[in-house]
Amino acid sequence: MTEPVLEVTGISKQFPGVRALDGVAFRLFPGEIHALMGENGAGKSTLIKVLTGVYQADEGRMTLDGAERRVHDPPHAQRLGISTVYQEVNLCPNLSVAENIFIGREPRKFGRIDWARIRRRSAELLARLDLDLDVTAPLGAQSLAVQQLIAIVRAIDLDAKVLILDEPTSSLDRGEVERLFGVMRRLRDDGVAILFVSHFLEQIYEVCDRVTVLRNGRLVGEYPIGELGRFDLVSRMTGQELHDLEQLEEAAPAITRGRRLLALEGAGRTGAITPVDLEIHEGEVVGLAGLLGSGRSELARLVFGAEAADTGRVRVGEETVALRTPRAAIDRGIAFCPEDRKADGLVMDLTVAENIVLALQAARGWTRPLPPRRRDELVGEYIRKLRIQPPSPGTPVRNLSGGNQQKVLLARWLITRPRLLILDEPTRGIDVGAKTEIQKLVVALAGDGIGVLFISAELEEVLRLSHKVEVLRDRTLVAELANDGSLTPERLLGTIANGAS
Amino acid sequence: MNPVNAVSRANLARLTRHRLFWPVAVLVLLLVVNAVVTPGFLAIRVRDGHLYGSLIDILRFGAPLIMVSLGMTMVIATGGIDLSVGSVVAISGAMACYLISEGQGLAVALALSFGLCLVLGLWNGLLVTRLSIQPIIATLILMVGGRGIAQLITGGQIITIDRDSGYREIGGGHLAGLPVAVLIVLASVAAAAVLARRTALGLLLESVGGNAEASRLVGIRASGLIVLGYVFCAVCAGVAGWMISSDVSAADGNNAGLWIELDAILAVVLGGTALTGGRFSIAGTVVGALIIQTLNTTIYTAGIPPRTTLVFEAAVVTFVCLLQSPAFRAKVGRRRPGGPVPPPTDPPSADKKVEVPA
Repeated sequence: MTEPVLEVTGISKQFPGVRALDGVAFRLFPGEIHALMGENGAGKSTLIKVLTGVYQADEGRMTLDGAERRVHDPPHAQRLGISTVYQEVNLCPNLSVAENIFIGREPRKFGRIDWARIRRRSAELLARLDLDLDVTAPLGAQSLAVQQLIAIVRAIDLDAKVLILDEPTSSLDRGEVERLFGVMRRLRDDGVAILFVSHFLEQIYEVCDRVTVLRNGRLVGEYPIGELGRFDLVSRMTGQELHDLEQLEEAAPAITRGRRLLALEGAGRTGAITPVDLEIHEGEVVGLAGLLGSGRSELARLVFGAEAADTGRVRVGEETVALRTPRAAIDRGIAFCPEDRKADGLVMDLTVAENIVLALQAARGWTRPLPPRRRDELVGEYIRKLRIQPPSPGTPVRNLSGGNQQKVLLARWLITRPRLLILDEPTRGIDVGAKTEIQKLVVALAGDGIGVLFISAELEEVLRLSHKVEVLRDRTLVAELANDGSLTPERLLGTIANGAS
Repeated sequence: MNPVNAVSRANLARLTRHRLFWPVAVLVLLLVVNAVVTPGFLAIRVRDGHLYGSLIDILRFGAPLIMVSLGMTMVIATGGIDLSVGSVVAISGAMACYLISEGQGLAVALALSFGLCLVLGLWNGLLVTRLSIQPIIATLILMVGGRGIAQLITGGQIITIDRDSGYREIGGGHLAGLPVAVLIVLASVAAAAVLARRTALGLLLESVGGNAEASRLVGIRASGLIVLGYVFCAVCAGVAGWMISSDVSAADGNNAGLWIELDAILAVVLGGTALTGGRFSIAGTVVGALIIQTLNTTIYTAGIPPRTTLVFEAAVVTFVCLLQSPAFRAKVGRRRPGGPVPPPTDPPSADKKVEVPA
C-alpha cells in the first residue's frame, strides 16, 4: 500500500466528566474499505465528528494527503475531500433527485441555474453507479436504499477522497445491502478511501479490508480483516479479558422456574428482528446477550408491544394475544424499563412521586385517582426499599442522578406488581453502588416468582444473573444457552462472534 | 445576622422562586400603578345591592378571556394549541342568540349551543389524534371555517335579541351582589381545578405533554385525554361566547371573539405554562388573563394614547416573559448574589412606564 490519505495521531477529546477519545490514532489508505468497530461509548461517533469537523479535538494531529490540516467545520471537511453519509439520509425528500445532488452548488449560466446541466450531470453520475432513475422525480419517492446511494453520489461528486458511511445498512434489506456493497467496491477500485461503520459483523467481514477497534475512547488496534477472527474481534470490542471472567463466582442461580409466563412462537418484525422462539417462566431470569445493534432492544420492545410483531404468535400464559400496544402488554402484567431513561422512560417535568405512580395511575385511568394516603404510602415504601436519594417524593426527577432515576423507573413498575419485568440496560451509566443494588433486586424479584428479561452489554452481569442466555446476532436469535455451569464466558463470547455454537 | 432575619430571608427566597410569584407581582404592580394614576381605582361601591368599581369591572370584562384561557391551558398542557377558540366563541353566541330569536326557551338554546361546542371540540380532538394533524393546522381549519359556520347560523346578519330575555343575565346580570359572569368563572375555575387535581387527569395530561413516548410506554391512552382537552377547551370558549353575546344582546358572527385565541395563549404563557406542554397551572392562567385585562383597563384609565396601546402591551408582556425566563433570571441573579427581592422588579418597570407615554 501507498501513503495513507488520512492519518490522525494522538487525538483526544474531553467532554464534561467523560474522556471520549484518549490518544487515538487512525489511518485510512486510498482504495480500501475500512471498518471502525466499537461498543457503546467506544468513541466511534466522536472520532467521526472530529474527522468531519463537527468537534475540534483537544489534542492530536491530522494529516490529509501528507499535509497537516485542521478541519474547522463540516463544510470545510467537504472542501478538503472528506464527505459523510449518515444513517438518517440528510437530504430533502421534497426536492428532486437532481436538485438533491446539486443543492447548494448549482451550476449557473448568466446568473440563473442551469437546470439542463444539472439533470444531465445527475444522470451521468447515477449511471456510473448503475442507477437508472428519473432524476426529476422527488427524492422521497425512492426507496431508502436508493436515497442512500444518491447521498453517496452527492458525496463523491464533491471530489471526495474520503467517504465516511455511518451505519448506512441498518435499515436496508439484503438485496439493497448488496447493491450498496457493489457501489462501495467500485468506489474503492476508483481509489476512494471508505470508512464504514456497521453493527453487522457479517457485513464487516464481507466488504471490509481492514478494521480499527476502539474501546472506551482508546485505540485497541488496527488489523487486516483476514487476520482477525470473529471471536478475537468481539473480545477486543467488548474488552472481556477471559481470565477475568473465569474468576466469576459460580453464581449460576438455582433453577426454580414455575409456570410459563410468555412464549414467542416465530414472532418477529420486518426490519427489526427476524422471527424468534422464546419462552420465559415464572421466577426465571432470561438474559439477552449480543453486541450493540444485534437486536436486543428490538426483541424487548416486541415482547412489550412497543413495536407490534408482524409475524408469528405471542402467548401470555396459555392465551394467544396480539401485543399491539404497550397497554395490551401492561394489562397482562408485563412491565418495561427502556434503555433510554430520559427519552422513553421518565417525564422529567414531573416529581419523583408522580413518576413512580404513573404506570399504576395509567392502568387505573384518570377517573380513579390513587387516594392520596395510599399514594404517599406506596411512594414512601419504594423510596425506602430501593433507597432512592434524596428520599423526598416532591423532588423533580430531573434533579436525580442516573442511578436514582433508574430506581424511580423500577419503582414505577414494581408498584404495579408485574409478572414479567423487561429491563433494557438497567445498569448502564450508573455508579457501582446503585448497580449492585439493582442486580440484587433482580435476583430478589426472580425469587418472588417474577419473570425477568434482562438486557445488558456486560457479559459478566448477564452470566451472573441469568438462568438462560439468549444470544442475538445481526437481528437474529442465534442460540439459547442454559446457564447451568457448563456455560463459560468463552462459549458465550464465541456464540456472539460466530453464531450458533 | 439575627436568626429571625435569616429565616424571613429564606422564606422570601422561597417565595420568589414560587412559579406564581412573578405573574402575581406584575399584576399587583399594575394595580398599584392604576391606584396611583386613578384615585379611587381600588374603591368598591355598593349600588342597588350590586358591587361596582374598577376591580369588579376587570373581573367582569375579563371573564370571557379567563374562560377561554382556562380551556386553552388544558390543550397546551398536552403539547397542543387551539386556534379555533375565537370562532367557537362566535358560533356558540350565534347559536344561542339564533335559537332565542326564533322563540326557543333559554334552556333549549343553551343546551343546543353547548352540544354544538362539544361537537366542535370533538372535531378538533379527532383531527389531532386520529388523523395526526399538527394541532396548529388542525385547529386553524375551524378557526377559519368556524367564522363561516357562525355566519351561516346568523344568516350573515347581526342577530339582536330582546333585552328582557333571561339570556341577558349571563353577561350583564348580578347575583348576590356579584356579576353572574364572574360567578360562572369562579365555578368553572373551581370545577377545572377539581377535575385536574382531584382526579388523575392533570397528572396524565402533564405526562402526555411532558414526554409523549414515555407516556405511551407507561400505558397511558393519550388520544382520549387529548380529545378531552380539546372538548373542554371548546366548551369553555362556548361559555365565553354566551357571555360576550349576552353582554351586548347580539351575536356578531364576524367579530365576536376575534383574536381572543392570541390573548388566551398569552395568558397561559404569562401564567407559567410552557407552550411545549407538560406542567400547567390553572391559577397561573387566571392571573395571566387578569394581567391582560388589567393592562387593557390601565390603557384606558391612565389615558395612554390609543396609538401606543399595542406597544405598551408588548412592553409589559416582554417584561413578564423575561421575568419567567430561567436564562434571564440566571443572568440577573448572578449580578445580584443577595435575595432577589422586589427591587429588581421596580427599576425596569419604572423605566418602561416612563418610556411609554413619551
